[in-house]
Amino acid sequence: MALLEVKNLKIDFLTHDGPVHAVKDLSYTLEKGKTLAIVGESGSGKTQGAFALMGLLPKNGRASGSVMFDGKEILNLPTRELRSYRAERIGIIFQDPMTSLNPYLRISRQMTEVLELHRGMSNSAALAESIRMLDAVRIPDAKNRVHMYPHEFSGGMRQRVMIAMALLCSPELLIADEPTTALDVTVQAEIIDLLVDLQEDFNTAIILITHDLGIVAGTCEDTLVMFDGRVMEYRKTADIFDKPEHPYTQGLLAAVPRLDKKVDRLSTVSYEFMAAKGEA
Amino acid sequence: MIETREPILKVRDLAVEFTLGSNGLFGGKKILRAVKGVSFDLYQGETLGIVGESGCGKSTLSRAIIRLLPATAGEAVWLGRDIQKMNSNELLDLRKDIQMIFQDPLASLNPRMTAGDIIAEPLKIHMPNIGKAERAVRVAEMMQKVGLLPTMINKYPHEFSGGQCQRIGIARALITNPKLIICDEAVSALDVSIRAQVVNLLMDLQKELGISLLFISHDIAVVRHIAQRIMVLYFGEVVEIGEAEQVTMDPHHDYTKRLIASVPVPDPKVEMERREERRRLRKAAAKAA
Amino acid sequence: MPGLTGKDQVLTDYANKLAVLDAPKGRSLTQDALRRLSKNKAAVVSIGIVVLIILVAFIGPYFVPWGYSEVDWTSIRKPPDFDKGHYLGTDQNGRDMLARVLQGTQMSLIVAAVATVVSVTIGVVYGAVSGYFGGRVDSLMMRFVDVMYALPYILFVIILVVMFGRNPVLLFVGIGAIEWLTMARIVRGQTLSIKEKEFIEAARASGAKPFAIIMRHIVPNLSGPVVIYATLTIPEIIIAESFLSYLGLGVQEPQTSLGTLISAGAPVAEVLPWMLLGPAAVLVTLLLCLTYIGDGLRDALDPKDR
Repeated sequence: MALLEVKNLKIDFLTHDGPVHAVKDLSYTLEKGKTLAIVGESGSGKTQGAFALMGLLPKNGRASGSVMFDGKEILNLPTRELRSYRAERIGIIFQDPMTSLNPYLRISRQMTEVLELHRGMSNSAALAESIRMLDAVRIPDAKNRVHMYPHEFSGGMRQRVMIAMALLCSPELLIADEPTTALDVTVQAEIIDLLVDLQEDFNTAIILITHDLGIVAGTCEDTLVMFDGRVMEYRKTADIFDKPEHPYTQGLLAAVPRLDKKVDRLSTVSYEFMAAKGEA
Repeated sequence: MIETREPILKVRDLAVEFTLGSNGLFGGKKILRAVKGVSFDLYQGETLGIVGESGCGKSTLSRAIIRLLPATAGEAVWLGRDIQKMNSNELLDLRKDIQMIFQDPLASLNPRMTAGDIIAEPLKIHMPNIGKAERAVRVAEMMQKVGLLPTMINKYPHEFSGGQCQRIGIARALITNPKLIICDEAVSALDVSIRAQVVNLLMDLQKELGISLLFISHDIAVVRHIAQRIMVLYFGEVVEIGEAEQVTMDPHHDYTKRLIASVPVPDPKVEMERREERRRLRKAAAKAA
Repeated sequence: MPGLTGKDQVLTDYANKLAVLDAPKGRSLTQDALRRLSKNKAAVVSIGIVVLIILVAFIGPYFVPWGYSEVDWTSIRKPPDFDKGHYLGTDQNGRDMLARVLQGTQMSLIVAAVATVVSVTIGVVYGAVSGYFGGRVDSLMMRFVDVMYALPYILFVIILVVMFGRNPVLLFVGIGAIEWLTMARIVRGQTLSIKEKEFIEAARASGAKPFAIIMRHIVPNLSGPVVIYATLTIPEIIIAESFLSYLGLGVQEPQTSLGTLISAGAPVAEVLPWMLLGPAAVLVTLLLCLTYIGDGLRDALDPKDR
């Protein structure tokens, strides 16, 4: 049985100017311990699609369809029931780590709290486990750094702390929403490499949401390309990069300058898609 | 061929320092050296890419060149005149000759002004004797040139998409016929597809108008695509400068190597190899430290 | 010179053609805000009531049978009497209460309007200049504001009144001269954040002069907080004026204001309730409506909603 099965997910937002269909039709399955990349540009609905799983849509958002997690329907569950899923079985990493770290609490406090609450650990055991986890995400000198405040960490280190926190309860699924967009390229490479290594160590299933086809190439087994709330292409990553079928995917790949190939002109095919939709 | 010409911009040992607030009563003042002695030449019609990560001083450098920030040492010479020593008239001329395009397409446009007014503003400042009618015509032509419909002249920035906003910014920069445009992360905030289109537009316009570009970005792949020469900045210092092909294919400095190894390549097989390469470099760096 | 070549004529024609051809008007942020405001029922009703109060206060006196200083010797301290045209009764001196309430409202509104204009004008210019230049200029200008703040404003007004005698104009200026302080602080704070926006840097990079940047780029973008603060200042000023009049420092007899009327009506509220009810009702309605309008404007102009 698949770990996660999303079928005909639809998300609408009610706004002053009428309803906005953020996700029109999204279906995919994710096996245990596998990785999936959801790629799309702004307005493609990639983030809303993942947030809906967790009941994290804004108040004016409505989701319909079906999301089966480990054989149970979790779409539109009441927040109270979802909460237990959120920390223990599904972890999330946001683009900006500061949105989910409390600036007034030490990292140690924020990490041990999770373990005490969900695992019923004692304070000292929770602290030891937190340090072990910070070690795992390669934070040097974790023993001392665990007692620091979030603002004392650099952007990349903060993102590592976020990953450590998301992995605390060894969740079966990790959703990473643009985890490296705010980071420098060299730091981005480290974080992505770290995610790949952790995935192998912890055998966690990962959904990586990103706009950057480049970071997908070496990380995920499957790739799903979204545009305008729909799936454009959903196949093995190697196949998509080898021979993209959908013109949008082809355009997207050719719109990015690459270091390993020189082109005279970037493709504007995917731009035409955006323009047709009125986004450009 | 390039060597025989005189550069339009000569930067020599330019340094910028900031004094940070003192730490307590007896803490003394901290000095942040954002740019530490940068030198380079820029020729007419050339694109020089400046690459670096956040905090490397690339934005500070660009602002010091046009004297939006004071330089603490060194000089920047524009067409034979030291920018630091310009009087207000010369400075006004400089502002006409060197224009900027900014990172955030929407935030760089005044939300209370129409697209037409925004594009026309530099004209009003630098060519005040142009009549209203001619100004309107020039704005309409410029909008067409950057791929905007002149019928959008009365719209406000929030009614445009990000890509269109950036094109308004480009039109504003081009309207005074500048000799040099500084693009400060000008395409970084745009979606991939739109970025491709704006990059193409910039390259076309440069070819057509013969202007020089100083293209600042953290994305070395984009910089290589658009620039003939690349300068790599690291903690306020130039670690490498050279032909784009040489810097990206055969980097000399360790930092440049690490930077290039970090750029993801959209090819699974290549990327796997590169990850191994990165692991090796990281281990080497850890050993060195 | 332009006439010689005819180039200007050609260009003008072309520009006119461009203008006629197309170019639909854009939706400015102000229009957007007004559209949102028009959806806020409380604010719309409040605006209607305030406009009504203003119209009645200024046009009403021409249709009322009695003048505000006219004494009716036959009815002193009389409750409402429709036959004689005293619709809200009369005061201790036999003056028609309706006429006095209308005049009082007028006076309060004028004080509020003038004082608000004074405080907004000074406050915006002062705050924007201070915030834009920053550094030493900013410190100096803001210390002056702090000093002004430290002066008790009642004392300030009393000194003004003692020096120049009782005079409504003085009252306007006195109140306005105090209210601008808060406005200047708000505007300075906003300016500090707007100054960091890229479009200000863009203007500086293209050679705009500081004054032009302040007037063209900063002040228009302050309109949100300024408008909200101004609507919330009006009730404050009406109350301040009422308070000063209550102390006997405000407008002079026979002229009156809402505050003066209430201060005259309060001691006799048990025997002559109509002397208090009329002006109090108008004041409360006015204040409530202005608060609702202020709230509505705040919601409508809130950038988070965009």
